[in-house]
Amino acid sequence: MIRLEKRAQPSQFWTFATPFLAVIMTMIVGGIMFAALGSDPFEAIRTIFWDPLFSEQFAAYSRPQLLVKAGPLILIAIGLSLGFKAGIWNIGAEGQYIIGAICGAGMGLAFYPSESFVIFPLMILAGALGGWAWAMIPAVLKVRFGTNEILVSLMLVYVAENLLASVSSGLLKNPDGMGFPGSRNLQQYPAAANLEIFQSTGMHWGVLSAFIAVIFAYALLSRHMFGFQIRLAGEAPRAARFAGVRPSRIVFLCLGIAGALAGMAGMFEVAGPAGQITIDFNSGYGFTAIIVAFLGRLHPIGILFAGLLMALTYIGGELASLMLGIPSAAIQLFQGMLLFFLLATDVFINFRIRFSKREVV
Amino acid sequence: MKRRTLLASAAAVALAFSGTAMAEDKTKVGFVFVGPVGDGGWTTEHNNGRLAVEEAFGDKVETVFQEKVPEGADSERVMTQMALSGADLIFTTSFGYMDPTINVAKKFPDVKFEHATGYRQSENVSSYSARFYEGRAVIGHIAGKMTKTNKVGYIASFPIPEVIRGINSAYLHAKRVNPDVEFSVVWVYTWEDAAKEADAAEALINQGADILMQHTDTTAPMLKAEEAGILAFGQASDMIAAGPNAQLTSIIDDWAPYYIERTQAVMDGTWGSQNTWHGIKEGMVAFADMSDKIPTDVRAEALQMIEDLKDGSYHAFTGPINKQDGSAWLAEGETADDGTLAGMSFYVEGITGDIPN
Amino acid sequence: MDLSSINPVLLIASLMVSATPILLAALGELVVEKSGVLNLGVEGMMITGAICGFAIGVNTGSPVLGFMFSALCGALLSLAFGILTQYLLSNQVATGLGLTLVGLGLSSLIGKPYEGIKSPTLQKMELPLLSDIPIFGKMFFSHDPMVYFSVALVAAVWAVLKFSRAGLILRAVGESHDAAHALGYKVVRIRMLAILFGGACAGLAGAYISLVRVPQWTEGMTAGAGWIALAIVVFASWKPWRILIGAYLFGGVTVLQLNLQAAGAKVPIEVLSMSPYLITITVLVIISARGNHGAPAALGKIFHASR
Repeated sequence: MIRLEKRAQPSQFWTFATPFLAVIMTMIVGGIMFAALGSDPFEAIRTIFWDPLFSEQFAAYSRPQLLVKAGPLILIAIGLSLGFKAGIWNIGAEGQYIIGAICGAGMGLAFYPSESFVIFPLMILAGALGGWAWAMIPAVLKVRFGTNEILVSLMLVYVAENLLASVSSGLLKNPDGMGFPGSRNLQQYPAAANLEIFQSTGMHWGVLSAFIAVIFAYALLSRHMFGFQIRLAGEAPRAARFAGVRPSRIVFLCLGIAGALAGMAGMFEVAGPAGQITIDFNSGYGFTAIIVAFLGRLHPIGILFAGLLMALTYIGGELASLMLGIPSAAIQLFQGMLLFFLLATDVFINFRIRFSKREVV
Repeated sequence: MKRRTLLASAAAVALAFSGTAMAEDKTKVGFVFVGPVGDGGWTTEHNNGRLAVEEAFGDKVETVFQEKVPEGADSERVMTQMALSGADLIFTTSFGYMDPTINVAKKFPDVKFEHATGYRQSENVSSYSARFYEGRAVIGHIAGKMTKTNKVGYIASFPIPEVIRGINSAYLHAKRVNPDVEFSVVWVYTWEDAAKEADAAEALINQGADILMQHTDTTAPMLKAEEAGILAFGQASDMIAAGPNAQLTSIIDDWAPYYIERTQAVMDGTWGSQNTWHGIKEGMVAFADMSDKIPTDVRAEALQMIEDLKDGSYHAFTGPINKQDGSAWLAEGETADDGTLAGMSFYVEGITGDIPN
Repeated sequence: MDLSSINPVLLIASLMVSATPILLAALGELVVEKSGVLNLGVEGMMITGAICGFAIGVNTGSPVLGFMFSALCGALLSLAFGILTQYLLSNQVATGLGLTLVGLGLSSLIGKPYEGIKSPTLQKMELPLLSDIPIFGKMFFSHDPMVYFSVALVAAVWAVLKFSRAGLILRAVGESHDAAHALGYKVVRIRMLAILFGGACAGLAGAYISLVRVPQWTEGMTAGAGWIALAIVVFASWKPWRILIGAYLFGGVTVLQLNLQAAGAKVPIEVLSMSPYLITITVLVIISARGNHGAPAALGKIFHASR
């Protein structure tokens, strides 16, 4: 009989070992899958994990792209992780991301074609405020009525998607776009464009913000009283109340920060890599960020690496599909496996596996 | 043993040399697809074009493709990686790839790009699209002659010029032969959602439409028409498998001639940026076999119209045509210019309902 | 505009067909959530059910076998979720999202050879006598067997939850796993059964789309129906009969919108499509404001029988 025994302290060893274990298990099982699909498994794994970083042909381009892809994931995941630590389940980051993008782009386009330098900062503000406001809906409902925030925030994703469809073929539609839905391209509007800070590094303002968010969250959680309160609220809600932690404050702050960061991520994406608001502008960053938050064990540094790893599987997966003809579905499955193995091996951190004879009751 | 290794390595060196030489000879053609290659519609036909290129040039080309590429930032990366992998010519086959294509083309001046259905070109970016509205004219004519309930159901994707043009063209030609005909247009706001398209088809059938036209990519409407025992026209691909009894004909997007022509141009070094809008004449718009259900005289008229469109003696938008609000658009005998057609955002007179925005 | 061309009988009949997949999936998820587990992987299980059912339907020529196999596949996939969340104590939100990823990838891999093929579909089953009733006969009693099955399943779930001992235990586990455990119930085993039931229902729901409603296979054809099912469970405030109302309302909005367009009415499509979600949030607020928090108390919480 296999039994799980709770550890008194989470295991330091396993906290570091499980991600590697999970990646190795994914490589093995994924390799078998690739072989079954008729590709060379070693080549496939190398293309996914090695080529984007070190291949002569691609690395110069894919390394910066890792940052571009990881930036929004990290930014959103950092915000979400604060809430998750406190037991507040905001799974509607995708909606907050969309609203942030709409508000940010709307702000920029409202000034078109002015070239003032205040436009870009105003857009960041608008994006953050938009995401914040969208996240405040579940926050207010939770505090005021005790409504389940998982469900409200999820519902609001669909509302946001419909708003996006509406503005991209209505309010924000490019007047010079020959009747096609979609806004003006912000990349062609220098005052509003989220450009690379250093040429060809992938470092745009959104990536920079993601790094700042990582440092900020790290300091908050390890040094600041609020960080302690968040952890207390999540791990021992009753004790938190005795310690004078106001639950409503935690809810507002956690959802608010998550919303603002997701909104900023949306704004940076629309003003930078994506360029324009279109009907299907959102490509699932808000949901993938939830996965990233867990892959990173809700720890800021962990999230940083998890975001980069996730980005690596995306870009490496694209390369594998381009160079080896592996179907994109196989890559999706591969990412799913990675997550599953990580979640499965997580159990070692908090529990000890005991083999014992069936106990006599 | 030693000798053998020596020989082997010599062979390897030779092989490596011939390998690079061959790689240089080979023209690499990349394709970026928005849907899965097996969608049975839009992407399938582009992929058929890719296969035709392979067949036409054999060893002289190598093709690569990437399917299900989201529009926006992801597509820009996919195109760049394709260019980095040594592609000489890249076809990007969805409207949403327009700006990314222009961006990537700027970084790779030696690579040629071809963007489908857009309106921006540059030094090394061409645009191409098909005059699907010519096909719609033909099926409009057949529908006008064959509808008994005088109600034609039209499943439309997004209110973009291409789709609006198709509705107008089909309606004008149906109306010309049947003054009582009415078009019911349903906008589903998707290119590919089988369940929603099926629901739309059902709504139209329930309201008395006896002929369906679709400007979406799955065969769901055709299946529903088959189930209900009514008639329908396929879109993009031959959908006869889905509607052996229902399909009257299908407008087929045949990209093969164009893809072969452009690949040849890259090989010959004669490639230049251009804006191509090909129709029946050049073979970009083709038809599936006409069903036996089409009466002989109607079939003859349809075939005649195809001939006239082909030799240019007839234009699908020939006046007099008024806009929906009654204002004049084209005078007697006047034909529409490409600029107006490309940005068409109005219905012609007689169509009921509004274009949503 | 000619609203008279909308035939209410046909409208309601097609609404029932259109709502059946989300009804089945939501019903399964209701049972899962009643046991205190939140499985966000409905979409993944649905799409897997869609392709598995379709493949077996095509290969055997029997849609019934297709449906049975789809239920099995849905359950198998949910088994992975169950093992991870119940035995390895992983987070349910993340595991559910992962399940969706896996399901979407898996289905499109399995589905490659099945593109562009037609499947055998279920015949309409006109219920004797009932289908002869004017108006109502055509509206309610001239459907394919799965429509009746889905409604019957609602009744069955309702009856089991309300009257049977098994239902009582299930609810107890969902409200407080610690208390249920203290009373000697096998919390994990009960939850596993609920999860498997949810998976099977989602599988059936997917197969209904690929075998009846369309019927064909295209990649990603469930197009977000699994997420709508999650919304319906909330809308229904975890009550089986309200699931029926919710599914017909959500499904009905789409069908109605398309019918209004076909009749030439100008409809604000986006407003209509977002309205079910806004209504759901409103319902959720109302039930929460009444002091009853609506959701099973232990929803989404991890259970470990530590001593």
